[in-house]
Amino acid sequence: MGILNKIMTAFRGGATEVGQTIVDANSTRIFEQEIRDAEKHLTKAKRELTDVMAKEMQASREVDRIKRAVAEHEGYATQALEKGNEALALEVAEKIAQLDSELAEQQTANDSFSAHATRLKELVRKTERQLTDYQRQLSMVKTTESVQKATATITDSFASSNSKLLNAKDSLERIKARQQQVDDRMKASEALADENSDSSLQAKLAEAGIGEQKADASAVLERLKNRKG
Amino acid sequence: MNIHTIANHLNGLGDNSETGFQFDCYPIDGDVEVLQVNIVGREEIPVFVSVTQNQILCISYLWGEDEVNQERRAEMFETMLELNIPMPLSSFAKVDDKYVVFGALSTQSSMLDVEQELSVLSDNCLEVIDEMVDYLK
Repeated sequence: MGILNKIMTAFRGGATEVGQTIVDANSTRIFEQEIRDAEKHLTKAKRELTDVMAKEMQASREVDRIKRAVAEHEGYATQALEKGNEALALEVAEKIAQLDSELAEQQTANDSFSAHATRLKELVRKTERQLTDYQRQLSMVKTTESVQKATATITDSFASSNSKLLNAKDSLERIKARQQQVDDRMKASEALADENSDSSLQAKLAEAGIGEQKADASAVLERLKNRKG
Repeated sequence: MNIHTIANHLNGLGDNSETGFQFDCYPIDGDVEVLQVNIVGREEIPVFVSVTQNQILCISYLWGEDEVNQERRAEMFETMLELNIPMPLSSFAKVDDKYVVFGALSTQSSMLDVEQELSVLSDNCLEVIDEMVDYLK
């Protein structure tokens, strides 16, 4: 059973009371033990792999060396034949036969080391995958525990301070109202600033005789006269 | 990275935060250390921060099961699932009998990342409540 399933089963089982941990400490310990075991296997497999790969390299070098020796001796044999020294050629041929069997032996060893190395590499990969998976699962368990404990802490804190988390609607309304107040205040002070700058400008314009002038008696009389005419 | 370094940073920002918010945080004592982060002007909906081995968890409570209009519960779930991807940085979740939005950050995150996470989470929270208030009693 995967850890996600365990967590869900625990939740559905009603283990949601404050302070009640859903994943018992025991299963956390088992996980941690499994991780340590997997890590040990991994270290062992890697060490073994290094050994086998070293042996493989050795065998491969040996194969090359023998192959070179065979080629060399084949040359000697040919030369002996060319010189008509049949007896020497035979002796060299015997040496070649011996080298051939040595080569076959080394080649077999080399193949076996290669196969072993491939198997170990696969094992290392598999163990690494498993380890990552265990670590992911452990992290899920620990996060679940931590969130539960944090929730308990938050609930306790609110209970002891006699305050409580407001319901969502009220909270939003209060925040909005406060924001509205801030906005209104800002608008009001902007409007006030505008007005102030407006009136001071008007005063300056009037002083300079620009814009709307204050009505005086002579101007009124003049206007009446004009209308009559 | 622990809740105290986060608290010191946020409290020290004053008016000079990148996000324009003012933060007021204090640690809550308990089994696990939790930081209550209040954003000035939004004190009713705090963000709770806890730091685990490999992540920083930021959680805000939306509403309790008791606030949900039970007849529209399924509809609410569907809306939450639909909003889960579009909602930046945060996801919906349920802890005990409370619905929450949360964001998780790597412990390698910068303080600016943390600050941004908190402000986006708070914005998301207000928007979600505003949008989903019809599903509540």
